[in-house]
Parts: sequence; structure tokens; C-alpha cells
Amino acid sequence: MGVNIESSPDGLIARLSGEIDHHSARQIREKIDAEIEKTRPKKLLMDFEQVLFMDSSGVGLIMGRYKLMQIYGGKMKIIGASERVKKVISLAGIERLGIFCENTGVSR
Amino acid sequence: MKAINKMKITFPSRSSNESLARSVIAAFVTQLDPAVDELIDIRTAVSEAVTNCIIHAYPDKIGEITITARLYSTGRVVIKISDKGCGIDDVEKAMEPLYTTGGEERSGLGFSVMQSFTDKLRVVSREGKGTVVTLEKYITLKQRQAKQS
Ligand SMILES: Nc1ncnc2c1ncn2[C@@H]1O[C@H](COP(=O)(O)OP(=O)(O)OP(=O)(O)O)[C@@H](O)[C@H]1O
Ligand SMILES: [Mg+2]
Repeated sequence: MGVNIESSPDGLIARLSGEIDHHSARQIREKIDAEIEKTRPKKLLMDFEQVLFMDSSGVGLIMGRYKLMQIYGGKMKIIGASERVKKVISLAGIERLGIFCENTGVSR
Repeated sequence: MKAINKMKITFPSRSSNESLARSVIAAFVTQLDPAVDELIDIRTAVSEAVTNCIIHAYPDKIGEITITARLYSTGRVVIKISDKGCGIDDVEKAMEPLYTTGGEERSGLGFSVMQSFTDKLRVVSREGKGTVVTLEKYITLKQRQAKQS
């Protein structure tokens, strides 16, 4: 439950799972940020495939990581987002940031 | 019109109770046999309102959050989420998309989610007294099984 982080030559892959709300987002955020600080990856891939629920706290989680990656000159992408997850994210109007990746594999 | 069922729960404003609130409201509304998407809409909207009580209404203490819900035979669901916290001085402004007083990790989308995932949203607040958020949603009834039983 929460987040599983893998490090690849390509960057970090954060596989989120379960329900993302204000309660669970805190731990997820701390784990991802600690990895980012440690490895300074060029790319962060957030995988939402195993996410069963998400509210606006998930949008805060995404935007916060996006900004952090920008500070370090890296990129962030989202994969595996369900229609439900996208419905919440779309309210933020952040499609223009180009963070959605349709293919579920790790893009090079 | 008389409600066919009603419920009320009160719980402390701990973040672990966000999932509790979602589970309870889902179990209650399931009596109307909603579609999967309708149920997720309600779970999400309630999650937003409860999270707001936890983060904003009681920023540095644990207070009480009360949820009351009513079901009607027409498929109408009315849910009230109330707190006795700090209140909102300008409700209209607070409801604007992306407006937040919550800092970096908040997106200011909670009220937008409540608005777009339900059929009606009403917010009544008094500074220093608390806030009541009322959500209404119409469940599409399958046949006519939502009669009183
Ligand atoms: N129950 C409440 N008590 C006091 N203030 C509230 C309450 N609910 C909302 N607010 C105020 O309204 C603002 C907007 O709320 P909204 O849920 O839209 O965004 P947010 O909670 O700041 O961010 P997000 O929901 O995206 O994490 C909050 O930042 C807060 O100032
Ligand atoms: Mg909110």
C-alpha cells in the first residue's frame, strides 16, 4: 500500500497504490521526495495503475512533485491513470504541462 | 417528502478518519443501488469535505466532524458535513477554483471537485463558529427497487 519506488538508469519510477487522500499522501510524498533528494533523477515516472481512489490531495501530490523535479531540472510524467483519476486531475487544467503519458511502459 | 433512511456519525478530525468517512457514506448510499461512477462521485465529494474540516477547520487541534445523510425514494441523496472549527470569512472566494490557504501541497480544488461530482453544493459558514457543507446528488434508480422496506 502507498508507494513503491524503483530506481532505473532512466530515473525513478514511483508506483502508487491503494487510496490516495490527504492521509496517505503525506507518507507517499515523504518517500518520493527522499528518493528525489538522494538520487536527483532526470526523470520521475508516477504510475497510477494500482490507484483505487484519488481526491484533490492527489493533485497536490502530483503538482508538488512536478515543481520539485523542475527545481532539479528534471521531468515528471504520469502513467496508468484511470478515467476516474484523470477526471480529478483535469479539474486542475494541467494537461498543458504535458505530464500525461499514454503508454504504460517506461518510455525512453 | 420523508426520507426513506437517514444516518448520523460524529468522529474526531484525525486524517485516518478520511477513509472511514468514505466507507460509511458508500455503505449507506449503496441502499439506493447506485452506479459505480455515482458512488465514486459521492465518495470523492465527501472525502473533500471531510479533509477540509481536518486541514482547515481545525488546523492545530482535534475537533468533531459530523456527517448526516438522508436518502429519498426519488433517488435524491442529501449529505451534510459539519464542523465547529474556524469558519470561512469569504465563502465565495474560498469556492473559486485553485484558491487555497493551504500552502504548497494543496491545489485548491476541493470545492471544484464537490461541485462537479454532485448535483448541488451549498456552503454556510460563520467565522469562529464552523462550517456546514451540504451536498446533493440524484442517483438514477434502476427499476423501482428503492421503495421503503
Ligand atoms: N471546513 C472548512 N473550514 C475552514 N476553512 C475551510 C473549510 N473548507 C474549506 N476552507 C477554506 O477554503 C479553501 C478552499 O478549499 P478547497 O477544498 O477548495 O481547497 P484546499 O483544501 O485548499 O485544497 P485541496 O482541496 O485541493 O487540497 C481552503 O484553502 C480553506 O481556506
Ligand atoms: Mg480541500
